[in-house]
Amino acid sequence: MNVLMRIKRYNPEVNTKPYWAEYRVEVEPIDRLLDALNVIKWTQDGTLTYRRSCAHGVCGSDAMRINGRNRLACKVLMRDVGNKVTIEPMLGFPVIKDLVVDMEQFFEKYKLVKPYLITYDNEPTTERLQSQRQRARFDEGTKCILCGACTGSCPSIWGNPDWVGPASIVNAHRFIFDSRDQGAAERLAILSQRDGVWRCRTIFNCADACPRNIPVTDLIEQVKRAIVYNDTEEV
Amino acid sequence: MYYKFDVVIVGSGGAGLMAAMQLPQASVAVLTKLYPTRSHTGAAQGGVAAALGNREEDHWKWHMYDTVKGGDYLVDQPAAEILAREAIDAVYELEHRGLPFNRTEDGRIDQRRFGGHTRNFGEAPVRRSCYAADRTGHMILQTMYQNAIKNQVRFFNEYLVLDLLINDGQACGVVALEIRTGEIHTFHAKAVLFATGGYGRAWRVTSNAFACMGDGMSIAYRRGIPLEDMEMYQFHPTGIYKVGVLLSEAARGEGAKLLNGKGQYFMERYMPTLKDLAPRDIVSRCIVQEIKEGRGVDGEDYVLLDVRHLGAQKIAEKLPDITDFARNYLGVEPITEPVPIQPTAHYAMGGIPTDIDARVVIDKHWTPFPGFYAAGEVACVSVHGANRLGTNSLVDLIVFGRRAGKHMAKFITETNYAPLPSEPDGFARELVEHLSRSTGRESAARIRSALQNEMDDKVFVERSESSLRHALDTIEGLQDAYKKVELQDKGKLFNTEMVEALELGFLLDCAEATIHGALARTESRGAHYRLDYPRRDDVNWLKHTLAYKGTKAHDVRLDYKDVILINDPLFQPKERKY
Repeated sequence: MNVLMRIKRYNPEVNTKPYWAEYRVEVEPIDRLLDALNVIKWTQDGTLTYRRSCAHGVCGSDAMRINGRNRLACKVLMRDVGNKVTIEPMLGFPVIKDLVVDMEQFFEKYKLVKPYLITYDNEPTTERLQSQRQRARFDEGTKCILCGACTGSCPSIWGNPDWVGPASIVNAHRFIFDSRDQGAAERLAILSQRDGVWRCRTIFNCADACPRNIPVTDLIEQVKRAIVYNDTEEV
Repeated sequence: MYYKFDVVIVGSGGAGLMAAMQLPQASVAVLTKLYPTRSHTGAAQGGVAAALGNREEDHWKWHMYDTVKGGDYLVDQPAAEILAREAIDAVYELEHRGLPFNRTEDGRIDQRRFGGHTRNFGEAPVRRSCYAADRTGHMILQTMYQNAIKNQVRFFNEYLVLDLLINDGQACGVVALEIRTGEIHTFHAKAVLFATGGYGRAWRVTSNAFACMGDGMSIAYRRGIPLEDMEMYQFHPTGIYKVGVLLSEAARGEGAKLLNGKGQYFMERYMPTLKDLAPRDIVSRCIVQEIKEGRGVDGEDYVLLDVRHLGAQKIAEKLPDITDFARNYLGVEPITEPVPIQPTAHYAMGGIPTDIDARVVIDKHWTPFPGFYAAGEVACVSVHGANRLGTNSLVDLIVFGRRAGKHMAKFITETNYAPLPSEPDGFARELVEHLSRSTGRESAARIRSALQNEMDDKVFVERSESSLRHALDTIEGLQDAYKKVELQDKGKLFNTEMVEALELGFLLDCAEATIHGALARTESRGAHYRLDYPRRDDVNWLKHTLAYKGTKAHDVRLDYKDVILINDPLFQPKERKY
């Protein structure tokens, strides 16, 4: 199939402002959008710049705005975008070049919520015990690949770049509800501040954007309830 | 810029991060050409083997035996013993660091079956693979990165390492290109660990990420360090047809079966005891054999993986990601239809030779190279020999990444910084500047694609003298063409065209060493199957290949190193049956 790719490009070394470039590519319907970008880069214009690595939706490198929605380029098939597709860098992040955005602040906000197991007891000689039910309690958040698609889709972030954002809250949730963890109170204290969970307006863009099908908004709501009711045991 | 650290770790996958965890007292820099959580460890699916015995009786010695036999006896047996023994403690360490393993009914780490892992020295499959759904590698990578944040490890993200610095026979740092700015930086160190992964992108159909371009192997090779057993390259039996993305062996561990075009479950015909859970080299060869004999699907070069009988619930609980891959990339619903699969380039058993402390050793006398370490897929310990068992790659990362870290922790207290060589960044600058100013009109993409097609056609599951000679001719032509690569992007800022061209240089080196090793090894062993020499030959070939880059173009010197066996009749080489 022949597809017209409209790509928002910007190279501050040569351009004074962003512009739209158009490319025509011949691809198979089951090719990924990432394959189509590669066709452009490898046969038409080597200057086109984007990130990619695993090419099957587990590394989180190639999140971008595709026809107005944040998606991983390696999980979108060409048959699903039709004969014309519009591609932009994610909103809410500073653009470095073309589709490459600056992820530094995103990872700083992730670090802010203490995304690691916190324990104060001595470790047992073998594994800590955890029931299957306890393990299932925080399963959704463990799927996160830190691609930024949720955070970059969130109008609250567009309006206030200092907000901690959905990806950080998902990763806080993953530890707050882990029966082995003893740091829930520390994280909830961080998330109850001005730029914590309360800036979430329950818009659900994040859940729509998540390439791992994490119910992001729902997890944020669970953290809100944990703060209000001071309860991290059950939903 | 000039930076100085006790330890520089190149690569932020499982091995690199596990090493970083062992160095709380040292100044450590971790350099990655991606972001740490993008590393290819994250794509590992099925699990990490350790004889915990949570589901049924198991012993590390059984695990060691399976590893040695699985590797078709090209395994250094003392290293396999360390792998199997220390896996147990390393898995507990992962759990203590927060890894969310699946659990048994009584709350312990759950375990499942995997190819080639058996009870009582080959009797029957055993549940040894500890797992977190079908995203175990993802959970190892996330957990280790989370711990690195906790320990305030210093990361240099999106830095592409181009050279290893050596002074008077001692490693003293690396030179790296900062992708975002195009600047070249020198890192001075007492110890350098390469944990840069494999080179699966040398083939067209591969499970490997775009990043798996053989960087570390090539950088060492260019500096006179040999590459060991590069002809031993694993083709995973169940990649998604034409796409290469894996459908984990965990599927067969849970009971999935391979189906040919005639509707027959064919593995029981070849391997009556382990059937679909035979080691990967064998299963891949059986698939190729079925296709050659006309039992592919509709005359095409693929067969099917059947998970239908597992039922929707088990599939959703234990194999969610891989069923998602089948739906997404093939439009096939695995609950109701079998999934088209083919062997896909997957894993380098070979690499930079090391000893059991991950110290790089540079000749057949095991002479160590002070200050230089390698761990994970880039290294060859050799625990995988001629064929790696499923789940043993993650074991390798955590066991030998940990040993590298512990050894470096001691080494840096006993050693001073070797002075940097004069003009330390000269070689790396020349690599970059040559590409910037080249007007040769050659395309890196064309060369890469030609390389991948040739490797798929001639250096695949089956090889022969003529196929390998053909491949060698082709690769030499591509190496010459590579010198004329010209870039369209002349800028410094985030120049990914430059990055791809530099990586292609690495990939060509790895392909060269692979083909030379394969051509010389006139026997069939593990993943290396020669149509013209179909039998294993222990008299002449129970030895490791060492490939050294010569001084002239296309010049490769081969040497050999004995395989280390232990004094136990159980572990003496014998015919491999399953």
